[in-house]
Amino acid sequence: MEQQSNITLPKGSIEKTTTTLNIGPTHPATHGVFQNIMEVDGERVVSTEQTVGYIHRAFEKLAERRPLYQITPITDRLNYCSSPINNMGWHITCERFLKIDLPKRVDYLRVIIMELSRISDHLICNSIVGVDTGAYTGFLYVMQYRELIYEIYEEVCGSRLTTNIGRIGGFERNFTNTAFTKLEKFLNEYPGVLREFEKLFTRNRIFMERTQGTGGISAARAMNYGFTGPNLRAAGVDYDVRVQQPYSSYQDFDFKVPVGTTGDNYDRFLVRNAEMWESISIIQQAYQKIQEFKGADAEIYHADVPEYYLPKKEDVYTKMEALIWHFKIIMGEINLPKGQIYSAVEGGNGELGFYLISDGGRTPFRLHFRRPCFIYYQAFEELIKGGMLSDAVVTLSSLNLIAGELDA
Amino acid sequence: MALTNAYIQEKLVEKFNDQVFQFSTDSGILSFESAAENNLKILQFLYEESSLGFTFLTDLCGVNYPDNNGAELVVVYHLHNFIQNIRIRFSIGVPVAKPDVFTATKLFESANWMERETYDFFGVNFIGHPNLKRILNVDEMDYFPLRKEFPLEDQTRIDKDDEMFGRG
Repeated sequence: MEQQSNITLPKGSIEKTTTTLNIGPTHPATHGVFQNIMEVDGERVVSTEQTVGYIHRAFEKLAERRPLYQITPITDRLNYCSSPINNMGWHITCERFLKIDLPKRVDYLRVIIMELSRISDHLICNSIVGVDTGAYTGFLYVMQYRELIYEIYEEVCGSRLTTNIGRIGGFERNFTNTAFTKLEKFLNEYPGVLREFEKLFTRNRIFMERTQGTGGISAARAMNYGFTGPNLRAAGVDYDVRVQQPYSSYQDFDFKVPVGTTGDNYDRFLVRNAEMWESISIIQQAYQKIQEFKGADAEIYHADVPEYYLPKKEDVYTKMEALIWHFKIIMGEINLPKGQIYSAVEGGNGELGFYLISDGGRTPFRLHFRRPCFIYYQAFEELIKGGMLSDAVVTLSSLNLIAGELDA
Repeated sequence: MALTNAYIQEKLVEKFNDQVFQFSTDSGILSFESAAENNLKILQFLYEESSLGFTFLTDLCGVNYPDNNGAELVVVYHLHNFIQNIRIRFSIGVPVAKPDVFTATKLFESANWMERETYDFFGVNFIGHPNLKRILNVDEMDYFPLRKEFPLEDQTRIDKDDEMFGRG
């Protein structure tokens, strides 16, 4: 014993019985750029510290030098699994701020696009939860059908992932017949696929035992942590921006808000699945409503706002007025009204808010994005504390964290 | 009884008299201001008073008004009452030389990272915060980038070496 006393160990190193484990920033189990510095005792998680900001791109600062229409591509890169919702959320914020009223047909077209992207977002999240519990098949199978959604985007706006879809005041062009044919194909094929996907997981013994009772949170704690979207609804709070503060004529549609009870990984999975069924029903209703427009009404795809909506190219070449607006819009030479607005939409993973302050200049004075997953990721430690390390991985993916949105 | 903006304003004025001011309604949301030292009292009153019940902190962010002498930095709280479905906005201003604000983390867990973000970008010092350090920027950064004293590059500048950007 005396011989050993001259060995100097760092203070506390004898007492330390836990292991420090780094997961991430790039790790196959994290599905995005997340780092977690975990203290584990055997396989149990004692504590964790989340590090975020690896892909921070200073969007809020960039937005202060851009006219409104140039901010849309920034919003693409927040939650890139459901870019169209972010784009529409931004357009709706601008339209509310500038007091632009939209024709009903535009609202319904937007609803179709937004619900399609909600499906693609939930589809990714749920199938990844499947991958993390050991079922790769579901993921690989549904990816084919996400492709159908992306083909619709491609037909409407020309791009697939970062869509930049729509404009302030409406859409850049009318939906083509091909777009509607593709939509019909999706509506015909997808319900069967979703039913099969549910069959794979919902009553699957392994899946249930891996997800039930892990990563749970009570409704009160979830609210205190600022949860929104499917994660909050899984805990039993039926808060949905589409119902509480309808935008884009959501009040015209008949849909349910699915809720869970325990807020655990299994409930989150079920809530997302149920929401996909509701989304399909909303799309069907919207498509039906769109078919009711006849004649000239069926050609409307934007509001009449020359200050913000680009004129037709042939008019730019032949008409003075259109030429002037074209340049004023492109160069961002239109002064915004003074004021501030907070406007929110139901994004793929929660309430996506835009807080816009204008001092009367050409660009926002300040633009703040309320990014839902940045706010609820704080609860991660509470969700996984005391649980197994392998459950922490499932919890991470079932929260639907998107690094682009987390880091803005 | 449905909660209205007028009722909220009346309740606040009754409780805090002239400590709350600048009431306005911007696009349907009641906004008001207060001195920085009252922020916790007001948040707690809004949270605990049963007829108000603003138990959800939607958003917390900073704004920099460089010309606003004595209140260059502003912290804006967006609160939401889910049951009555009504939002309010509440802001406090602090001087940039001494940007001290009491933390709301005791009331809302969600304020933790939002306050860290506000500290990270504006340098607002949240007194009593359990872990006030940078969150999105690198730890070594020694300035607060969203302040207006750091303008973005002028898009029309011509003194750039174009060769570096493949346009030479």
